[in-house]
Amino acid sequence: MSMAGYETIIGLEVHCELKTETKLFCGCRNAFGDEPNTNVCPVCVGLPGSLPVLNQKAVEFAIRIGLALNCEVKWSNFHRKNYFYPDMPKDFQISQYDLPLNEHGTIELPDGTVVGITRAHMEEDTGKSTHLGGSGRIHGADASLIDYNRSGVPLVEIVSEPDMRSGVQARAYVAELRAILVAVGATDGRMEEGSMRVDANVSVRKPGDPFGTRCEIKNLNSLRSLQRAIEYEALRQVDCIEAGERIVQETRHWDEAAGRTGSMRSKEEANDYRYFPEPDLVPLAPSAAWIEEIRSALPALPKARRQVLVGLIGNDDQATLDLIATVVDRDLDALVVEAASAGAPAQLAVTRAANELNAEGVLPSAKSFATTCQMEASGALSATQAKAVLAALSETPDADPKAIAASLGFEQLSEDTLSTTVDEVISANGDEWARFAGGDDKLAQFFIGKVMAATKGKANGKAVISLLNERRSG
Amino acid sequence: MTTAHDVAAQVRSGHTTAREVLEQSFAAIAERNQELNAFLYLDHDGARAAATAVDDVVAAGQDPGPLAGVPIGIKDNLAMRGIPTTCGSKILDGWKPPYTATVVERLLAAGAVPVGKTNLDEFAMGSSTENSAFGPSRNPHDVTKVPGGSSGGSAVAVAAGFVPVSLGSDTGGSIRQPAAFCGLVGYKPSYGHVSRYGLVAFSSSLDQVGPFTTTVADAALVTQVIGGHDPADSTSMPDGYDDLLAACGRGVAGLKVGLCRDLLDGADAEIIERVRQAAAVLEAAGAEIVDLSIPELRLGLSAYYLIAPAEASSNLARYDGVRFGLRVEREDVAAMNVATRTAGFGAEVKRRIMLGTYALSAGYYDAYYGQAQKTRRLITNALDAAYEKVDVLLGATTPTTAFGFGDKVADPMSMYLSDLFTIPTNLAGHGAMSVPFGNSASGMPIGVQILSPGRRDDRLFQVGAVLEAGVAK
Amino acid sequence: MSEQSPLTKEEVIHVAGLARLELTDDEVTTFTAQLGSILNHAADISSLDLEGLVPMAHPFDLENILRPDVPTASLDREELLAGAPSVESGRFKVGRILGEAP
Ligand SMILES: [Zn+2]
Repeated sequence: MSMAGYETIIGLEVHCELKTETKLFCGCRNAFGDEPNTNVCPVCVGLPGSLPVLNQKAVEFAIRIGLALNCEVKWSNFHRKNYFYPDMPKDFQISQYDLPLNEHGTIELPDGTVVGITRAHMEEDTGKSTHLGGSGRIHGADASLIDYNRSGVPLVEIVSEPDMRSGVQARAYVAELRAILVAVGATDGRMEEGSMRVDANVSVRKPGDPFGTRCEIKNLNSLRSLQRAIEYEALRQVDCIEAGERIVQETRHWDEAAGRTGSMRSKEEANDYRYFPEPDLVPLAPSAAWIEEIRSALPALPKARRQVLVGLIGNDDQATLDLIATVVDRDLDALVVEAASAGAPAQLAVTRAANELNAEGVLPSAKSFATTCQMEASGALSATQAKAVLAALSETPDADPKAIAASLGFEQLSEDTLSTTVDEVISANGDEWARFAGGDDKLAQFFIGKVMAATKGKANGKAVISLLNERRSG
Repeated sequence: MTTAHDVAAQVRSGHTTAREVLEQSFAAIAERNQELNAFLYLDHDGARAAATAVDDVVAAGQDPGPLAGVPIGIKDNLAMRGIPTTCGSKILDGWKPPYTATVVERLLAAGAVPVGKTNLDEFAMGSSTENSAFGPSRNPHDVTKVPGGSSGGSAVAVAAGFVPVSLGSDTGGSIRQPAAFCGLVGYKPSYGHVSRYGLVAFSSSLDQVGPFTTTVADAALVTQVIGGHDPADSTSMPDGYDDLLAACGRGVAGLKVGLCRDLLDGADAEIIERVRQAAAVLEAAGAEIVDLSIPELRLGLSAYYLIAPAEASSNLARYDGVRFGLRVEREDVAAMNVATRTAGFGAEVKRRIMLGTYALSAGYYDAYYGQAQKTRRLITNALDAAYEKVDVLLGATTPTTAFGFGDKVADPMSMYLSDLFTIPTNLAGHGAMSVPFGNSASGMPIGVQILSPGRRDDRLFQVGAVLEAGVAK
Repeated sequence: MSEQSPLTKEEVIHVAGLARLELTDDEVTTFTAQLGSILNHAADISSLDLEGLVPMAHPFDLENILRPDVPTASLDREELLAGAPSVESGRFKVGRILGEAP
């Protein structure tokens, strides 16, 4: 299997659950993991006589998403998408059709690629089926049980243009989109809980040819699956074409365990959703004033936040960019910026924030974090010690790092003590020293290790190296 | 039975009790309901509890509400918690909603006593109650005739003296047509004035709940209780309209009344004659009569019989055997859906679901549904233009008086044509009222229809009250 | 019915499928004629020139009817499930589902 001579064309549809208190069209709680059918009412179970009323907060979140994706926010309305399915209580879904709330946006990936956003529209989620018997999956099950707690949860579906050309790029798009949606507070972005769900439209072509026939891949519930599924599917399609077969436009299911996509429809039935304007709802026409109010309250987006850190560090090599992306993704950038303004070296603060701080747990105060970084930079703490101090700060975020260091026995070694220890280590390892003195720099690490062991980790690695070099040249 | 006004006044003043009034109502029902089939279900316990509660409030010297102790029939497409709500369909047989419609909540809060659920054409689709899965209702003026529909049971309940008031729903004439056939006041409020929350939807953009009463003033009283904004209905108008009771006494002096040819042509001669007499009564009371024609109204039938079935086809999808009501078990869900719906729906409902599904389906949307929605605009614009010249329109409610059982069952189109004069107001979302105005030579009631511009329903009550007072007995 | 029906029996069967209804052969024949008769009547509007008229979905031009994001009480689960044809473990039970949601 090879992609030689072909390019992959990818467009993505991302469904994102909004983080409202209540559902899109009723006052039932929008909560994950509650007892089945406990967050339900006549509206979201589709009982006869019930009527939907639109949740203002859901609209506000959807507009935030539209603005963050550079969309035009427009006069819109809701349509009914008619099809029978047991987890859909009214046997139609209230969605937006030819007049979506947000249209014509863009998203810029960290590598600079700009992906077009066709639309970002509002719709309601379905209930959840549990399949009995068989493998627990829908195929081979004898019966299904339905829980409507999720029915009516607000979704925004973000549809991209077919602007991506690799699985890696598609993955970067979803990661960036997720970061934006989380940053604007519209969703928690938990793919594993299903609060973000991705479908991928994939086709292949020889560069310059028109787009090929596409297949839609469903069940992509992690970034890793997304990339793997796209790469597999593109190769499958190229193989088909090379074998002289035609690609059939169809929906395919990603099998994570088997690492391949498979055809999903047991019977091909042309869908005829009979869309028509939802008569129980009135149009949604956000005023310019409301849109501006939402726009002015938008927080800084991930790209701008990353740029702040790049500016602080003055360095944009890939390793640094990766660390910065992690820091922003985990919402640690504000802490880093504050620590830097309190005197911490920005590069070190970013590195330590990305690798040592637990964004889900208790974070050190900016002052304590800054002091720790400064102590490490000045050699007062070794890297190992600095990490231990940061770990201790997660218990007592406002404590003085100097006091922690002292309580952990990290008092700095005097220069004399360190010098004496280095000399002792050199004389105890004569052969190695001879090789180091002869220019074998690899042995520096050996001596650092020995000095660290002798000082129980208290020595500063850089100080040891400078002493070793002094001895070698002197 | 007397009027709602009288009952409420007597209960409030302690001249009688809500329980006494209720027991009289139950007695009348017991005597004749088997013959007339007005009520599908009687809520003896709930009604007695509600009446007792009213009496307790009166005894405590507190205000029991404007409908204190008034027994009311509720069309069986309005949800009442714990009470069977069938919509006249086998598919909902036995289902008890876990919630109550806003209008019923408001009736209860006003001291009214819902006595039970009244018969209707299945899912309110029909003009005779012959489409009810539980047998037709009979016209108390002549039991060989239909009472009209779809709210036939509600009309019969009032016309037979079971209750002074009942609620119906009007999608294309389903209150006004049976009111005309049974000799009652039937009022369809402007769209959005009365909450639809808890009204089982037939055609969401056309449905409206309204009352059957014996007097125009009672229609005003009941509407003031059930009307007004409901946050649970997105299509509910944010503000209410003028005091309808006050409008009943305002007279018609200076009012311009359009006698509309297109709401008369094709009607029986004696019905046309009655409408002309009604115009004369209004003229004598100081109104100015203007003859006019709005030919676009003739297009209403086609627009209606595409829009209403289209919305219905979607509204009735949920009757799939999964969550409530009937299920005809099959091994897989799709087959179960088909078996359930095929067994549960009657022929007329199936016909309209089919028609609506077809009108919305790919390739036909623009030609049928899209064109019908534009026609709806055309008709509304034409009515708006007419209301530049006149304040209200006057015409017949129905082309004929009540017809016999089976007369129109074989040919759906002939049945649909009986809605010709009532449909345009539903399309425009305006208010309209049928007021009884004498009988035919054979003794069947004749209704005169008043139409008003959207949200100027007060004019219906001005005109209705004058007609009611001036009708030649 | 002497008029030409604007729809075929095959279309009637297809539409019944979309609507999850099963028709007997007799019903297919009757419905084809009856629906045809209604559609023929509707020809009076399909031939109109309505260019420029805005399709009317609602009687009145309401916009932006919104509710606050405040939780309200849920239904009692037992009361809700009491109306269901089949129930297991607090959920609605159905038979085998053939095919995933579209
Ligand atoms: Zn709900």
